[in-house]
Amino acid sequence: MAGTVGIYRRVLAAQMRSQVTYRASFLMSVTISGVFAALDLVVVLVLFGVARSMGGFGTAEVLVMFGLSSTAFAAADLAVGNLERLQFYVRSGLLDGVLLRPLSAFGQLVVVDFTPRRAGRVIVAVVILVVALARADITWTPATAVLAVVAPLAGAVMFSAVMVATATVAFWWIDSGELAFSLTNGGRDFTSYPINIYGAAMRRLFAYGLGFAFVAYYPALALLDRADPLGLPGWFGWVSPAVAAVAVAGAALSWRLGIRHYRSTGS
Amino acid sequence: MNVIEARGLRKEFTVTKPAGRLRRSRETVPAVDGVDVAVEEGELLGYLGPNGAGKSTTMKMFTGVLTPTAGYLQVCGLEPVPQRTRLARRIGVVFGQRTQLWWDLPLRESFELARHIWRVPAAEHAARLRLLRDRLDLDGFLDTPVRQLSLGQRMRGDLTVALLHAPRVLFLDEPTIGLDVVSKQAVRAFLTELRDAGDTTVVLTTHDLADIERLCRRLVVIDHGRVVHDGTLADLHARYGSRRRVEVDFEVPVAVSFDMAGVSVESHAGDRVVFSIDGTVTTAGALVARLSESGPIRDLRVTEPTIEDVVAQLYASPSAEAARAPEPRG
Repeated sequence: MAGTVGIYRRVLAAQMRSQVTYRASFLMSVTISGVFAALDLVVVLVLFGVARSMGGFGTAEVLVMFGLSSTAFAAADLAVGNLERLQFYVRSGLLDGVLLRPLSAFGQLVVVDFTPRRAGRVIVAVVILVVALARADITWTPATAVLAVVAPLAGAVMFSAVMVATATVAFWWIDSGELAFSLTNGGRDFTSYPINIYGAAMRRLFAYGLGFAFVAYYPALALLDRADPLGLPGWFGWVSPAVAAVAVAGAALSWRLGIRHYRSTGS
Repeated sequence: MNVIEARGLRKEFTVTKPAGRLRRSRETVPAVDGVDVAVEEGELLGYLGPNGAGKSTTMKMFTGVLTPTAGYLQVCGLEPVPQRTRLARRIGVVFGQRTQLWWDLPLRESFELARHIWRVPAAEHAARLRLLRDRLDLDGFLDTPVRQLSLGQRMRGDLTVALLHAPRVLFLDEPTIGLDVVSKQAVRAFLTELRDAGDTTVVLTTHDLADIERLCRRLVVIDHGRVVHDGTLADLHARYGSRRRVEVDFEVPVAVSFDMAGVSVESHAGDRVVFSIDGTVTTAGALVARLSESGPIRDLRVTEPTIEDVVAQLYASPSAEAARAPEPRG
């Protein structure tokens, strides 16, 4: 196991070395990625410039949801967001080369295309979350403190699972990039706001069907000690790790089936 | 013991075709349609077939890249797809355009990475690299970034990476395609050496007839996803009745009209006549003796059957029939 980590570290180092010429643009892209995360915040603030509350929640409360959602998404994007390149590997047949190495295909793709510039977004998102938590009316107990750490992590795992699962669609349907993009980025936008502002059909599909309500909305309710306007029980705020585990199982299954369905390209 | 054993190996692909304006029909096409092959330790096997015959698909199943639809397959005693990573340590693969080299890094670094990825002990790696550097003449470009290498240099680099972990089987898909004459010869000479050393089993696909003649003691020919020939090159010639040709220039234009068993006239223009003879029935000598009765001969040339002719004939022949009556292995 330790040996495997060492191998990946070397592969990553080699990848970094081959990109060393782009160092100037590297710093620039970290900054840009951070700026984009900050721009998302501006959108929320502009909305509150127009409306006093959103689904019965005030600015400070919605910003907790936004902070949880952004942190979870940014962390997932840093970890596995580069799997969006899977469709390129499948289309070009370059996955052949990956499958011929004695390493997990998933591990290789995550490491080889690792994009550290996405860290910019994580940093900004974490800052937003911390500020939002500090400003919101939260009664700090050991339980809420644990939840404030566990919720964004579970959310990150959730988003990672969604990213992996949507990326694997490329094994069946080569031009799946748009679908993957709308599910992951759509999921981030969806989770940034209280779910009671959406229509019932959309809520049923995204919030409960795909589990996005457990990324930010229910954990935020538990942190803020507020009852769900939709009337669902309070313990919903604590089950996001379990929901994330189910999502990971689904993504793993999809990955396995996808690899077996891989068709490569002619010669 | 067989290093590779395939029985009834099959791979189907689903293709969708437009049918009407919006509807699409789905059709299942077998790319590999029941292949039986057994390769023994130390063999060098040439895997031949026209484009689209299923060569690459078979190779990709052997190496764990593609999952077979049906059939039995073991390579190095492992099931390729379920035991992919274990298999990857025991085999070396060079697939034409899919390089295992790191594009932006000096060649040397790809070797160093390969040592870690395939977990080769440092001393063993150094010894093998020294040997391969020497045999494949790599020293001139070890520090060149891979993207700046010529195709021939890159192929030698790929061969090195494929062999650094001392694989039991080496799979080569079109190893000489696109190479210049010198590189081709270097690669071929190296493979000959590897074959003669006898401790690496080699399976190679090629369209290059010189590769086949120089390297392959055993040929498996596949067409339409089925094995249509499995045997030596000589078997192939015998089976497809390849004929030697005798070109004769007479001093004066002649009328050739005679019956001789195993001889037929291929072309006749003025004083030049081209015969083809069936080596199992008669000889070139007997023909020439007979011809001198027709008139004085100015010049004479005998050409051996080329693998080109055989393969062309093979590819053109209705393969379905040949596949239904496979001949025992030679």
